[in-house]
Order: sequence, then C-alpha cells, then structure tokens
Amino acid sequence: MELVLAIGIGVLTSCGVFLMLRPRTFQVIIGLSLLSYAVNLFIFSMGRLKVGAAPVTASGTIDPTQFADPVPQALVLTAIVIGFAMTALFLVVLLAARGVTGTDHVDGREQR
Amino acid sequence: MNSLLDHLVVLPILLPLVAGALMLMFDDRQRVAKAFINVFATGLLLVISIMMVVQAANPTDLLAASYPIGNWPVPFGIVLVADRLSAMMVLLTSVLGISALVYSLARWHAAGPNFHTLFQFLLMGLNGAFLTGDIFNLFVFFEVMLAASYGLALHGLGLARIKAGLHYVAVNLGASFLFLIGAALIYGVTGTLNMADLAAKVATIPELDRGLLEAGAAILGLAFLLKAGMWPLGFWLPTTYAAASAPVAAVFAIMTKVGVYAVLRLSTLAFGVEAGASAGLGQTVLQVGGMATIAFGAVGVLASQTTARLAGYCVLVSSGTLLAAIGMGNAFITGGALYYLVVSTLAISAFFLIVELLERIRIAGADVLAITLEAYGDDEEDNENDEIGMAIPGALAMLGICFALCVLLIAGLPPLAGFLGKFAIISAIFNPHGLTEAATITPAAWWLAVLMIFSGFAALVALTRTGISTFWATMSDHPAPVRVIEIAPILLLIGLTVVMTVMAGPVMDYMYVMAEILQSPAIEIGNILATPLVGEVLP
Repeated sequence: MELVLAIGIGVLTSCGVFLMLRPRTFQVIIGLSLLSYAVNLFIFSMGRLKVGAAPVTASGTIDPTQFADPVPQALVLTAIVIGFAMTALFLVVLLAARGVTGTDHVDGREQR
Repeated sequence: MNSLLDHLVVLPILLPLVAGALMLMFDDRQRVAKAFINVFATGLLLVISIMMVVQAANPTDLLAASYPIGNWPVPFGIVLVADRLSAMMVLLTSVLGISALVYSLARWHAAGPNFHTLFQFLLMGLNGAFLTGDIFNLFVFFEVMLAASYGLALHGLGLARIKAGLHYVAVNLGASFLFLIGAALIYGVTGTLNMADLAAKVATIPELDRGLLEAGAAILGLAFLLKAGMWPLGFWLPTTYAAASAPVAAVFAIMTKVGVYAVLRLSTLAFGVEAGASAGLGQTVLQVGGMATIAFGAVGVLASQTTARLAGYCVLVSSGTLLAAIGMGNAFITGGALYYLVVSTLAISAFFLIVELLERIRIAGADVLAITLEAYGDDEEDNENDEIGMAIPGALAMLGICFALCVLLIAGLPPLAGFLGKFAIISAIFNPHGLTEAATITPAAWWLAVLMIFSGFAALVALTRTGISTFWATMSDHPAPVRVIEIAPILLLIGLTVVMTVMAGPVMDYMYVMAEILQSPAIEIGNILATPLVGEVLP
C-alpha cells in the first residue's frame, strides 16, 4: 500500500510541476490542481497508513497504536478547502487576464 | 482571569474579522458607511496593539502572554503568543494599516468593489500570522492574508495589475503547497504542530529521523523565503508591488516582513542553541541568500525605470539585509536588525505613498530612460478632481521634504533612524560579543557590511536621480492637488521614524531584550507549554 501511495503522489507531483511550468494559463491551473491533490495525499500519509482503524480515540487508558491519527485528517480537510478556494480565485484572475490581454499566455502576450 | 483584557491577545484577529464580515452586509454604494467602519476598526486595532506592546514591554512580565484558543490545553489546541516580537509586529501592521487606509480614502477606495472588506481581512491574516504559535494555524492565516492580498493586488484593475497578479497568485499558490509539505513532514516526524512543543522535541529526535525533520524545516523555510523575496525567489516581488495601487503597496510593505518574521521565529525557537544536532540549521543559506538578495536588490534599484519599481527593489534590499542579519544568529545583530525592520518598513511604506503623488506632478514618461512606456502598461490612471478633502498649499515643497526624508531613511544616512538601524547591525557584526570583548571578524561579516553600505549608496544614487528628474524638471502645468488626507499618513509614518530616532535608546533596549529572549528560547518555550487555561487558577 505504501508503494502504491508513494508512486501515486510522485506521478501527481511530477505531472503537476510539469504543467505548472507550461506557458498557457489553463495548463498552469491544472498543474496547480494536480499538485494540490498530491500534497493532500502526502499530508494524509503523514499520519501513517492504517486500514480499518477508528479515527478518534476513546476515553480512558487506551493503546494509541490501535487508532488512526486524527490530526492529519483534520489538516487535510483544511488544506482541501483552502486549496480549492485558492484555485477558484486563480481561475477568476485567469479569466480576467484572458479577457484583458486577449491571450491565454501567462505573460499576457505571445512569444515572438 | 475574567476581564476583557485577558482576551487582549485574540482581539487583533477577531476585530478585523468582525469588521470585515460586517462590511459584507453593506452594498458598495454605501461607501461612506464602510469607510467609517473600516477607519473605526483600524483605529481600535491601533489602540489594542499599543496596549499589547505596553503589556509585552512590562519589565516584570518579560515573557510571552499566551492565550489558548477555545480553552484547549497546550499543546493540543492552538495557542496564540504575544511576546515582544509579535506585539511589535502587530503594532507595525496597524500603523501601516491606518495610514494606508486614510490615504486610500482620498480616491483609491472607490476604484473597485469590496476594498474595505478585503483590507480588514488582510489585517486579520497579518495579525494572525504574527500572533499564532502553531505551524498549521500559521498556514491558515497565511492563506487568509494571501487571499485578501490577491484581491487587493488587483484593486483598480488595469493591464499591468492583471498581468502581475496572475504571476503573483501562481507563485504564492506554489509556495502554499511547499508550506503544506513542510508542515506535514514536521508533523510526521515530531507528532506536533505547536511551535514551542516542536522546539522542545527537536533535540530528542532520533538520529534516523533527523534528516527528514531538517528536510521538512527546509521546505517550510523555502515557503517563508519566497514570501520574504529572497534571491532567487523574489523575482515576482518588484513587478507586483509596482503594479499595485499606492495604498495597497504601502500595506504590502509588511507582507515580506511576515516571511522574515516566520523565519526568525522558527529558526530561533526550533533550531536555536537548544536544538542539539540541528542547532543553527540553514544559517549559511540565510547569510548567503540574504547577501545575494541585497546585491540583486541594489542592482535592481540602480536599473529601475520607474519609481514604483525602484520602491519594489528597496523592499528586496530591506528583506535581504534582515535575512543575512538573522542568519548570523547573534542576539546583538538580531536586535539591530529588528530596529532596522521597523524603520525600513515604515520608510518603504511612506515611499510607496509618495511615489503616487510624485507621478501627479511630473510629465508622463519623464523618468523612462530607454524603454517605452507601454512596456509597463502604465496608462490607466486619470487625475479627475472629484475627490473629497481639501488640497494643501505648497504641496510641492511638502512633497519634496517628505521625499528627501524618505531618501535619508531608505539609503541609511544620518541623522535619521535608517542610519541608526544599519549602524546597529554593522557595529554588532564587527563586535558580536559586545563592545568590551575583542572578536575576530569573519569574511561573512566583511561581505555583509560591504554589501549593506553598497546597497545604501545604490539607493542614494537612484533616489537622487529620481528626485532630480522629478523636482528639478519641467512639471505638468496643472498638477492634481495633494490633499491633507494624502499627505497626513506620509507625515505620520515619517514622524514615527523621527520619534524612533529621538527615542532610539528605549526602543533599542526593547529590541535587545526581544533579541535576547529569541536567541535563548528555553524559558519562553516552557512558558508557552505551561499556558494556563482561561478561568483556571494558577497554583
């Protein structure tokens, strides 16, 4: 499972970075989205991978190894929301730039 | 613990949040009401932050006032920390806030929708970033600040702003992902996000995990350094700042300092003297990177074609000086650097406001040396005379004096505080153990001193050139009048630096105590971890 997740994060990251470095705004935003997926998975994996474990600890004397770490799950939720909002915001700027400059090049003008 | 004063630490975050949310209820046509709420909230924020600094400077209470949000015990809940450093940064934020806000009331606040709301949210994000003692909470406040800044950077629209804004948003989104990766790595190794708790745990990390922790800290640092504009990560900064409208750029002057603050906070707290094998992590990078930033900024200052862009490069020089000084990891140098931080932020903020007024009196394109004007898209402003407020007589003389004072401050010439700040840093570089003890001067110290003096000289040359081409040149026949509410904020900012010059002794003492606490964080760490809950009686 670790290997599959690591490969998944790696593929998403490399595709995201590649697309982010492309000259079209649409490619950049897709790249940023892919990167945010990779980062979210990465945060999630920092709580160690567990299958079938409850996320919230019961009270009393308990063995913490029997439970999944709830903190990364909370973090990833925040990161998803913020990442989503920022991507939407970027989309607005992207459309404004397209409308004003008449091109979808990130520099606002075609390369000569 | 039951008066409102106990909740003082959280007020600089709550107040802008409430004010910003309240203003969302108003339509943009009710601009007067919004402006009133905004001025009231920012003024109140100024009072609160002065109270915080007074509380933090109390000699019997040298350590941090910490506040557990939601009354969750530390380190499980989020804790806010108002020590000398964060209280000072919050005060600086509100000073810049009120002056930029008053300036904007002359005309800029009407240039686009939701200016006042975004302005309050920006203040909220800045204050939160300065006050929080939790890494992930720092991320959240960074995003609040950035989201508001995206809107404000585009305020007024126009080709130049949209082009610069696109780069600005993309670069900062990338930086946010680096921040998340760094924070997640640190959590994965240490199991904590509380900065004080992290600092207590760094020394006890097993040797096998240390590489991972340091990688996490380095990635986190990269995100901060991008905000601070360290070379080669600061390429986006001059373009964005030059394109932003004047009051927005004046507040943005502190946004790079957020990155510097975060670097200073985490490097001294988690990787200070008590960090075991990880002590002093990244100091070389800060030194070299800071010096490269100074050099890059100084060359940029000399090469700038427009005054606004020149101001953007001054921001870089200031950031680089601070980063290199912090990288020296010495309490004396840090103390001087903190004084310089306040002075340079005030001066650059005032300069951004002046730049716009200068543009009014000069003939368009007078300072463009070789490049044609449309390369910058500098064409969207028109000087309509329908703004509020009365014009002041002798505007030109007033502007000239303000400009000259700004030059003195930014170039670091006596007698003003810019000189004192640079002198304090350079003096501490050559005498790292105080004036009484002899010390060998390292090559890095020589380099930093030379670069700081060179950057001051470069700023002097470039600004003098600007002054000559503006004040001693043919001016436009009917310059738009300068209003009281436009010149008053500039006078306030410059006046504060004059106060800092006159009161240099007490201010420097405050800074040195602050630096001393920062460089030996053990007591503060213990203090934060032992934060009592509100309503709890201490034994």
